[in-house]
Amino acid sequence: MTTHRPTGNGRIQFGVFFQGVNHTTVWKAPDSGSQTDFESFRRVAQTAERGLFSAFFLGEGLRLREHLGRIHDLDVVGRPDAQTALAALAAVTTNIGLVATQNTTYNDPADLAHRLASLDLLSGGRAAWNIVTTDNAWTGANFRRGGFLKHEDRYVRAEAFVQTAKAIWDSWADGAIAGSRSDGRWLRQGSITPVRRNDASFDVDITGRLPRSAQHHPVLFQAGDSPDGRDFAVRNADVIFSRHAELEDAKVFRADIVARTLKAGRPADDVKIFPGQEFILAATEKEAAEKEHWVREQQVGPETAIAYLEQFWGRTLDGYDPDGPLPEIDPVVDVTNPTRGNAFHGKSARELAGQWRDEARGKGQSIRQFVAARSRLNGRGLVGSYDGVADLLAEYARTGAVDGFNITPWLVPGGLDDIVNELVPRLQDRGVYRTEYEGTTLRENLGLRVPSSHRRGTLSAAGRQESENVA
Amino acid sequence: MPSLPVPENRPNVVAVELDGDGAHPAAWRHAHHLPDGLLGGARISGTVQAADIAGFHLATFRDSRVVDAGTAGIPGRIDAVQRAAFAAPITGSIGLVPEVDTLYTEPFHVATQLASLDYASQGRAGWLVSAANAPEEARAVGREQLAAAAAPLEAADAVEAGRRLWDSWEDDAVIRDASTGRYLDRDKLHYADFEGERFAVKGPAIIPRPLQGQLVVIAPAALLSTVEADVALASAATVDGLAAAASAAAATGVPRTLVELDVILDARGQTAAERLAELDRHEPWTGGARYVGSPAGLVSLLARLFDAADGVRLHPAVVDVDLPELALNVLPALRAAGLVSAPAAGTTLRRSFGLPRPANRYAAA
Ligand SMILES: Cc1cc2nc3c(=O)[nH]c(=O)nc-3n(C[C@H](O)[C@H](O)[C@H](O)COP(=O)(O)O)c2cc1C
Repeated sequence: MTTHRPTGNGRIQFGVFFQGVNHTTVWKAPDSGSQTDFESFRRVAQTAERGLFSAFFLGEGLRLREHLGRIHDLDVVGRPDAQTALAALAAVTTNIGLVATQNTTYNDPADLAHRLASLDLLSGGRAAWNIVTTDNAWTGANFRRGGFLKHEDRYVRAEAFVQTAKAIWDSWADGAIAGSRSDGRWLRQGSITPVRRNDASFDVDITGRLPRSAQHHPVLFQAGDSPDGRDFAVRNADVIFSRHAELEDAKVFRADIVARTLKAGRPADDVKIFPGQEFILAATEKEAAEKEHWVREQQVGPETAIAYLEQFWGRTLDGYDPDGPLPEIDPVVDVTNPTRGNAFHGKSARELAGQWRDEARGKGQSIRQFVAARSRLNGRGLVGSYDGVADLLAEYARTGAVDGFNITPWLVPGGLDDIVNELVPRLQDRGVYRTEYEGTTLRENLGLRVPSSHRRGTLSAAGRQESENVA
Repeated sequence: MPSLPVPENRPNVVAVELDGDGAHPAAWRHAHHLPDGLLGGARISGTVQAADIAGFHLATFRDSRVVDAGTAGIPGRIDAVQRAAFAAPITGSIGLVPEVDTLYTEPFHVATQLASLDYASQGRAGWLVSAANAPEEARAVGREQLAAAAAPLEAADAVEAGRRLWDSWEDDAVIRDASTGRYLDRDKLHYADFEGERFAVKGPAIIPRPLQGQLVVIAPAALLSTVEADVALASAATVDGLAAAASAAAATGVPRTLVELDVILDARGQTAAERLAELDRHEPWTGGARYVGSPAGLVSLLARLFDAADGVRLHPAVVDVDLPELALNVLPALRAAGLVSAPAAGTTLRRSFGLPRPANRYAAA
């Protein structure tokens, strides 16, 4: 299996991130459909596959968000377990990768690794795991172990977790299963290596229950952004789901990741980068700008704008006019929203409020305009005409700043239709987008090498040397 | 006006267990595929679609986290929830019931996964409750094995936590009220606030209420003293013991009871006894109550068992051989005799059992 394609190959790939919980999904639109019916998932995944997307991606949040002590009620919320939904989608798709965001703090490796291996086998080698580390005690209230992990320990556990998962995935020898129905036994004797681990994170003794898949084991995504998160990614992941989508920002991020990757002893292009990005497209630039205006209005309604500030102010801001200036009162010092306000407490919240007031005043922004500008996922989003955005994406492909985009549709389930119908053909015309899937596994379609544990020979730092599958 | 008593709807139900290559430990030797063809999507779609078309009311998917590396049977297994989920969008009326452990799993994850299966299957999901309590399972997740007496209590806690989570969203909690900007009516969401002996779950669920309200919870009769089940599985060592086992289970007040029956049928020019002898030469079959014989004989046996129970769960010895015989020669005869009716396309599993959609425990009356 020689699947590896070097980064900067002049191509762009797409994934789709069906978010499920966020403020960017426009649920008020008349053509906005169910967030939970399986039909919505099927339609998005099959549309993405028609558009030759590399991956269909599901997020995860293990506790409902709360706002000032009550369930947050303004955004779409309520979504299926990622792997259960993806296993169902595996039956109605054939090539697209299936990426499950799954947490390392509130899972057991024996269980999670097995379910990921299950998805990988069911899908014929199309599974991936987006490794997240959410660690707050508040989420822990839904789990046996409660909120037990200190913030600084979350990547320690995550790393031990991933190593354990990889050992489980590699625990069946090749040829473990009988080659014929008349063999002595179904499983050759001694062909499973037990996984024993006893360290600060785990004291476990696991016998793997499944063989390797067509892509060896699931592809690993990672979505942390801190220095620890980035180093974790270059040691463990195949793909980074980043926040850095704007071209210049993406170049800086790529350079940082390449440097870290080399330092970690991996070829420069061993880690692919897919920023999350919102696309707002229309036939002309003018129509796209109008559409953007409408989308932003829908995303940040008056209630959402006030609620956004409330989580940083730590108090209700009932009387404030969303179309007026930011509140002059100070945030409550020690009350923060545990779902999103992570870094904002105490003095920094007051400082931040001051900065924001100045910024909004300087730009002449109302509360609603200020929040709309701030709360976009990754900068402005890709907004423009089909041709204009196709040209811009060709530029991304030329520079190699990213390997692809993980598109976050603002409409469910129709949000990919114009991308697949209008943008993809234009990208194909420009020679920067695949015209057919390279293979049937996600690893092949992402252009990844076989997992490092299955490589033979020395890999040059430049990463141009093909590695071989030794499995 | 006094309401008239509604006659209870208790349709007879036929379930089939579809794990691996069949219930006989040597089944893989008579499967219609090479051994490594078992662990993939094609195998799931092939068998579950066949059972769906045949008109079984539900398929169960055995699971176990203990790998038996000995000589008997097949140690490799795809996660049962995912097998059921894979089958969900490519089947139309069959209930999909994975076996899921309660002792060494996270009850919150289990409840979420099963609710998700109910969405993927459009209301055809159930939960076959397991509390196997093997030491290997405890070691795999770094926990102490539970005392024997604690296991049924822990199973009951996991089921209760799951049931509360399934009710933690009222049916109409998603309001999408553009005029007030509210997607949710948060007064219709409820904390599960479950506190058990060994774990607590806060809630609410991260997924809305399952389409069936509550999934059909199926439990072995041995767990009925603690677990709140909708359906009991009653087993006996011999066919003659099944009726008594079924009445004992029903006496606990569980709404429905199925009896467990291993099945090997005459097929492909061989008698069932000959087939059994051939399989047993590799490994002896140590199941429970067993039927060995012709399809017509099975039809008569099932007719008798329907008098004693709400239905039966069949364990075909070799899926690739016995499932087609059941589909061609047993289910049609049961329907022709008026003993069962095929589940309607788009039915829910609760409806196949004649179980009403339950009210939400948290909803204001
Ligand atoms: C684009 C992106 C998407 C993410 N999606 C999820 C998600 O769905 N669920 C989750 O628990 N965390 C998610 N995260 C959070 C990260 O996994 C990580 O916990 C967080 O960024 C904090 O780690 P850091 O300090 O290394 O950045 C996401 C992060 C990014 C950048």
